[in-house]
Amino acid sequence: MAMIEFQNVSKWYGSFQVLTDCSTSIDKGQVVVVCGPSGSGKSTLIKCANALEPFQKGEIRIDGVSVGAKGTDLPKLRSRIGMVFQHFELFPHLSITENLTLGQIRVLNRSKDEAMAKGMKLLERVGLKEQANKFPGQLSGGQQQRVAIARALAMDPIAMLFDEPTSALDPEMVGEVLDVMVGLAHEGMTMMVVTHEMGFARKVSDRVIFMDQGRIVEDCTKKEFFETPRGPRAQEFLSKILTH
Amino acid sequence: MGDLDFGVIARVWPYLLSGLQYTVQLTVVAAIGGVIFGTLLAMARLSSIKPLAMVAAGYVNLMRSIPLLLVIFWFYFLVPVLWQTITGAERPPSIGAERSAYITFVLFEAAYFCEIMRAGIQSIPRGQVGAAYAVGLDYWQSMRLVVLPQAFRNMLPVLLTQTIILFQDVSLVSLLNVTDFVGAAGKIAQRDSRLVEMYLFVAIIYFLLCWLLSWLVKRLQQRIAIVR
Repeated sequence: MAMIEFQNVSKWYGSFQVLTDCSTSIDKGQVVVVCGPSGSGKSTLIKCANALEPFQKGEIRIDGVSVGAKGTDLPKLRSRIGMVFQHFELFPHLSITENLTLGQIRVLNRSKDEAMAKGMKLLERVGLKEQANKFPGQLSGGQQQRVAIARALAMDPIAMLFDEPTSALDPEMVGEVLDVMVGLAHEGMTMMVVTHEMGFARKVSDRVIFMDQGRIVEDCTKKEFFETPRGPRAQEFLSKILTH
Repeated sequence: MGDLDFGVIARVWPYLLSGLQYTVQLTVVAAIGGVIFGTLLAMARLSSIKPLAMVAAGYVNLMRSIPLLLVIFWFYFLVPVLWQTITGAERPPSIGAERSAYITFVLFEAAYFCEIMRAGIQSIPRGQVGAAYAVGLDYWQSMRLVVLPQAFRNMLPVLLTQTIILFQDVSLVSLLNVTDFVGAAGKIAQRDSRLVEMYLFVAIIYFLLCWLLSWLVKRLQQRIAIVR
């Protein structure tokens, strides 16, 4: 069953077209990695999935619910999908526990105790139980991103979107974040991950999507992608990022 | 210097105090009302609904291009007459100078607080709004729980400056014959021919209160600072 479905999605900034006829679908439990050169529209595409970016043509369905339709309750839809950002975007004026409980209390109407218990459990899971009472600014980048993942998981999402979750991190912190993501993948979480971490793609992804100039150029299993990339653009991209 | 008599202050102290009380009251009401109304105006100016943004911008620009003195006169003398013309009432409604002053200051200050809060809201990275939405918060929740608390912290020093200006501008209401602190002191100064004593005293109290306010805001700022 398709959990996230893109149908001929096109998007323009003024007269400039950033996405052209993007179609793909992600089944329940699948992990799909989206890669491609910068400016290829990867981040824009993933942000369209929970309506953080509007799109002008086509349709996106999350668990059967149309994202673009007028009557859609967007806050409710978004609360069912977790999102992790490149720059973490923890709320700096709130403590770690407040970051973890805000959505649970305000959107899911959980009691403070219930939200707190859930938050602490997730904090323990990402290995940051001792940091509960600190503020985001007191944590390293890797720690902040792990809290951001926990914040998304606290909402019990049906799918997770990752928008370059490790690109803003110092190299030595990439591993700790990827470990959490690999764990999630093994548990059967539906994941759409924009990343250049090809090691992650090889390890846990089911499919790899390659984008270039706003189009989905390759959409295939990881085996096909890494062993027989079909297009010259994908080959060029892979040779560039895999030589390092 | 020999003929200065500061004893006059003690003799009329209750009267001065009632004036000071009015000044402080008007300042507090105008600051709180102005920040609330100003923040709503700022949100309207930044709204994607074009007519709303235009109306808010028009209001702010109008208020900021008219001297406060004129606005005070306008509300006191002309608005009641205008009201009478519109409603066809027999007599213009009597709002009273004190109430008129409250309304005027809230409406006037809101224009300035709007611009401060607008800058504050714009100082918050777009990603914060995205993150708030991604968690499932709606527009009002995102504003109230994520954007405004940060914007307010960032703008606290400028909000303080504006409040100090407001505190001093309140003295203009003495033109409506409302007895604020400066007005009360002025009346005594004229009556008893004690101009130097009274105006010196007023200046010192103003200085002390502004200094106290700055100190309080500094404390508040340290307490709610965002840890970076």
